[in-house]
Amino acid sequence: MSLCTELVLDITYHQVKAPLFLVAQDLTLFCICVNVQSQPASLAAEDISTNSNGPKQDSLFDDDPEDLFAEATEEVSLDSPERDVLLSDGPSPAITPITPPTSVITPRIVSCVFIEEEEGGDSFDIHISVSDPEKVGEYMTSMSLFKRSEFAVKRRFSDFLGLHSKLASKYLHIGYIVPPAPEKSIVGMTKVKVGKEDQSSNEFVEKRRSALERYLMRTVKHPILLKDPDVLQFLESSELPRAVSTQALSSAGLLRMVNKAADAVNKMTIKMNESDAWFEEKQQHFENLDVQLRKLHTSVESLVCHRKELSVNTAQFAKSAAMLGNSEDHTALSRALSQLAEVEEKIDQLHQDQANADFYLFSELLGDYVRLLTAVKGVFDHRMKTWQKWQDSQMLLQKKREAEAKLQFTNKPDKLQQAKDEIKELEGKVQQGERDFEQISKTIRKEVSRFEKERVKDFKTIIIKYLESLVQTQQQLIKYWEAFLPEAKAIS
Amino acid sequence: SAVLNVDLQTDAMLQVDISDALSERDKVKFTVHTKSTLPNFKQNEFSVVRQHEEFIWLHDSFVENEEYAGYIIPPAPPRPDFDASREKLQKLGEGEGSMTKEEFTKMKQELEAEYLAIFKKTVAMHEVFLCRVAAHPVLRKDLNFHVFLEYNQDLSVRGKNKKEKLEDFFKNVVKSADGVLVAGVKDVDDFFEHEKTFLLEYHNRVKDASAKSDRMIRSHKNAADDINRIASSLYTLGTQDSTDLCKFFLKVSELFEKTRKIEARIAADEDLKLADLLKYYLRESQAAKDLLYRRSRALVDYENANKALDKARAKNRDVLQAETSQQLCCHKFEKISESAKQELIDFKTRRVAAFRKNLVELAELELKHAKGNLQLLQGCLGILKGNT
Repeated sequence: MSLCTELVLDITYHQVKAPLFLVAQDLTLFCICVNVQSQPASLAAEDISTNSNGPKQDSLFDDDPEDLFAEATEEVSLDSPERDVLLSDGPSPAITPITPPTSVITPRIVSCVFIEEEEGGDSFDIHISVSDPEKVGEYMTSMSLFKRSEFAVKRRFSDFLGLHSKLASKYLHIGYIVPPAPEKSIVGMTKVKVGKEDQSSNEFVEKRRSALERYLMRTVKHPILLKDPDVLQFLESSELPRAVSTQALSSAGLLRMVNKAADAVNKMTIKMNESDAWFEEKQQHFENLDVQLRKLHTSVESLVCHRKELSVNTAQFAKSAAMLGNSEDHTALSRALSQLAEVEEKIDQLHQDQANADFYLFSELLGDYVRLLTAVKGVFDHRMKTWQKWQDSQMLLQKKREAEAKLQFTNKPDKLQQAKDEIKELEGKVQQGERDFEQISKTIRKEVSRFEKERVKDFKTIIIKYLESLVQTQQQLIKYWEAFLPEAKAIS
Repeated sequence: SAVLNVDLQTDAMLQVDISDALSERDKVKFTVHTKSTLPNFKQNEFSVVRQHEEFIWLHDSFVENEEYAGYIIPPAPPRPDFDASREKLQKLGEGEGSMTKEEFTKMKQELEAEYLAIFKKTVAMHEVFLCRVAAHPVLRKDLNFHVFLEYNQDLSVRGKNKKEKLEDFFKNVVKSADGVLVAGVKDVDDFFEHEKTFLLEYHNRVKDASAKSDRMIRSHKNAADDINRIASSLYTLGTQDSTDLCKFFLKVSELFEKTRKIEARIAADEDLKLADLLKYYLRESQAAKDLLYRRSRALVDYENANKALDKARAKNRDVLQAETSQQLCCHKFEKISESAKQELIDFKTRRVAAFRKNLVELAELELKHAKGNLQLLQGCLGILKGNT
């Protein structure tokens, strides 16, 4: 009997007031609540699965995902457990003390997650919801949900970046598409630190929180990355060793740099003899997709901007119409104008809401995929580099063999032996190079297949949600104008 | 559209409309078509070609005519302004290389439609002016108006010389200075006192509402343009994609193509029913204010004439002259006051009727478009959800 495991993740936002000299550091905290439960398979019926389109398992996916959390349930207790994890090499951890802030607000409710059971093993479908970011009060104990099998952790923005950089360094070069973390934004961050409570800093916080949610979701959806000890530590450890050297570059910046370097390398080397048309085809496809998505993204960003403008201008017109109504000396017309003003005021809020949907659903989807494609292009470049390395080893081997052949005719036994040793070593390298190349090619095929599936799902789901938001707007508009029409007709 | 005016006293009909218009490089030629049974005209039906400056000449001639001091002079139509539209078409031509053929054709059609819309609007505004004149019991009999309608040669009023332009400038300066002076004097007549207070405030509020409505509609047009570009991008994505998404993108692209046409229509209708309405009443309320100003001037002249008469009687010099002058001023003031009162009442009636008509039509159109949008969206969603 196989088990279904339920994993619930919830991220809330905390801001901590800092003494001035600590302003330079990133003190924003995000709280991740994890809920791990084990259920018998019969309860799986409650699952609201989004993967209802046929067997999900990709035949190319040979790795068998173990039921990681089956063990975890026993280990999790009311106290936050420290898992025995393999920490990647890094600088010695330094934990920064956090000054507790003043007001207290509780976070919002967690939303459910579900896991599907499949042939050949459990696969985890994890849905993370991020609740409202709020300025939080008392630290730790009052916030963590220490219910049965639940535990909460707090993470800084830089922790997310740190996680990404670790994953990127471990997995990118062997062909895994590691989702990029959200960008840093100095301007926005400063506003929030200063404690500015205005709308733009709130918007910034929400943007960031939403981006982190999507980032983490994409990361844990990846079956390989989810198993990574750094990821598990990130989700579970009560205290994460603070990355002393916060990166100068954001993850996307890092990727860009990597890709630029790769491009430079490619320009210098001979073009790879692509034995497999599949790769060339896919690269071209992603190239085209990148161009089109960027274009679409620009247009959608423009729409967001104009929709916000429309909202502001509608609000201003509403006020103006109200004033006009006040000065109108015909009673019925005056009233109708006031009603018009009210309608326009409601409509301005509608436009504001729609602009948010435009942004959070449509625009961010496109932005995410533009960034993801950078990672995709990165793995293709790594494959080329791997090939190049293999070729270089082969060429070197060839040279050494030729040299050895020449040495055969000279009377230098020491040199000959040295040459034979070197050749042996190089033969090993060549074999390894070939294996690496085959492995990365295989991995990329799997990754691309997975990526494309996710892409189709993401776009369909989110665009449908977006269209539903448009439907709602129209329905509201109809309501408002239907209410106004009799008022206009009543003018006599 | 034309307005049929029947003069009940003389049983004469006067119907004016703009039957045709031609847009040339930097001018618009309006064909003014008249149908009339008035004896003054040589024929019962005739047409002439007029340009914008000739409308302005006619308007100004009314304003300068002392006899018409007691009437709200129908506001002059605004100058046809195709500059913005022309600039956009030019930019499009320059940018032809940077877009696909489909995009170019689409944008060109858009801009041509915009040009046509502006053109229709300017024709409508010139026509409304003529119809207002033809509807006015006194102005319709004006000789200049008849010349305007009938004389089939060029009226040679274009390009006022510099001296004339300066005179106009000073006239306006004096008027506004006086306006400030006169606005401060409280009127004994309650009706006019109320109208003055009302019009001063109303005019400013309409001005503000007009500007704000323009900005709002501008944003709406911009959003519609964005949706247009989004539709194009989605179409390209749909044709390129090798996955399930290609059909999906094509369907959504088709949807946005249709919805953005509706959004553009909404902006156009708001422009017509709301923005134009406000603009028109901005001009009319100014004309009403001008009427009040003229009456105030006449009152000031009358009061001055009274003072002069008292002085003359006191000194027993030029009494007869002063008496005649005073009587003239009195008569002028009373005449203006009488017609002004009726004009202002008519103004209110017209205003209420126009607002009612336009607000009702605006609401009906907004509803129609929202329902249209909703239907398209729900239809598309049904198909998309059914396939996934």
